[in-house]
Amino acid sequence: MIARFTRLMSASVVKKQIMGLTGLLLCGFLVGHLAGNLLIFVGAEYFNAYGHALITNPLIYVAEAGLGVLFIAHLGMAVRLIMENHKARPVKYYLKQPTGRGSTFASSTMPYTGTLTLIFLVLHILQFKFGPVYTIVHGGVEMRDLYKLVVEFYQSEVAVLWYVVCMISIGVHLTHGFWSAFQSLGFHHPSYTPLLRKISVGFAVVIAGGFASLPIYCYFQGGM
Amino acid sequence: MSDGNMNLKLKVWRQKNTKDAGQMVDYSLEGVSPDMSFLEMMDMLNEKLVNEGQDSIAFDHDCREGICGMCSMMINGQAHGPKDLTTTCQLHMRSFKDGDTVVVEPWRARAFPVMKDLMVDRSAFDQIIAAGGFVNVNTGNAPDGNAIPISKENADLAMDAAACIGCAACVASCKNASAMLFVSAKISQLALLPQGEVEGEERVRSMVSKMDELGFGNCTNEAECEASCPKGISISNIARMNRQYFTSAIKAK
Repeated sequence: MIARFTRLMSASVVKKQIMGLTGLLLCGFLVGHLAGNLLIFVGAEYFNAYGHALITNPLIYVAEAGLGVLFIAHLGMAVRLIMENHKARPVKYYLKQPTGRGSTFASSTMPYTGTLTLIFLVLHILQFKFGPVYTIVHGGVEMRDLYKLVVEFYQSEVAVLWYVVCMISIGVHLTHGFWSAFQSLGFHHPSYTPLLRKISVGFAVVIAGGFASLPIYCYFQGGM
Repeated sequence: MSDGNMNLKLKVWRQKNTKDAGQMVDYSLEGVSPDMSFLEMMDMLNEKLVNEGQDSIAFDHDCREGICGMCSMMINGQAHGPKDLTTTCQLHMRSFKDGDTVVVEPWRARAFPVMKDLMVDRSAFDQIIAAGGFVNVNTGNAPDGNAIPISKENADLAMDAAACIGCAACVASCKNASAMLFVSAKISQLALLPQGEVEGEERVRSMVSKMDELGFGNCTNEAECEASCPKGISISNIARMNRQYFTSAIKAK
């Protein structure tokens, strides 16, 4: 049983599938996270209430652990695959040119956009989850004033710029990652693969654009 | 010789044997006809080298009509040169201009050691085929021609996959030196037909594990293999292999 599991996990095909599956599940997290954060546009009260509901729900620990496992699996498998792929060609080419009909900017920069996302993620958690704690009372309930924290944080042009750059990077990562996950999992058909590639770009634009709009909005909210 | 002959600068990988470190060596070649194939240009260079008393450049070639898959050359950083759907022997010198520098290298992959100059040992592909790329047929009378119905669609897909000539341009052009296009084509051509379907599950497991064991890289879905395949084999075969491997691995006894 264990031998079968180990053998399965070490197969090249399955390693790709783990990358794809964890990537898609992380895409699901991005959708949820963006949907919640868009409450910033609705108002401080709604955004803070949303944050409060998340933080005070005991299931948050289960969700955080699950996300942690997904992220570590995605990252760990990426490191393993990159190392194996590096070993598969010990002598490099003197000259290597892309055909122009296969690889894209996104597909050839996956390790770099992925690394940038990792750095972003660590800073992002430190800046907000473990950032300064402001409190506010909405409807008689005392809660963390995350709205104030976010607006205050994005008064800095550097912070806004860094955030936008990181979102573009995640967007680029998604344009290849999203459709690629389906390919790895075995979904490929002339009828839906071209559509899947378009959806991949659309999804990347919505996610990156949606998130990037938040700090820009917060920047202009600062004067109030 | 017609007018419009070219003078070329060549940078060719020279390596004495498997132990030698090897290096790029510069050559110049005058009077190359645009009507020559790339291999004829290499023959011309070799004649020149032999006349000068130098060791000729070793390279693989056989049919010179695009079906044997032997002429493995990385030309200006692309497998079989800049044209799509061509092997090196089908590439004409008219694809180059007078005064061009042309870089010629062998396939690079851990599983394909360089034997000499541009010749690599591609027997890793033979090992993958030996691991399961066949159907077991019992001897006896020849079966009825149309006893087993096969849909036109599957027959076409199997034929598309069977167009693979095993040239390894997919491995050479893949940034990860992955053999998944080759292996998936060989799996698909059999799995799509009723005769091959019987052993399909066992075949996908044994061929994939042999491929992994030989040290090929992992696919990252860039599709450079499809773009450089002289037979235009689609990466839909890789997706088929992916889903078949997973179901097979779960069901394996």
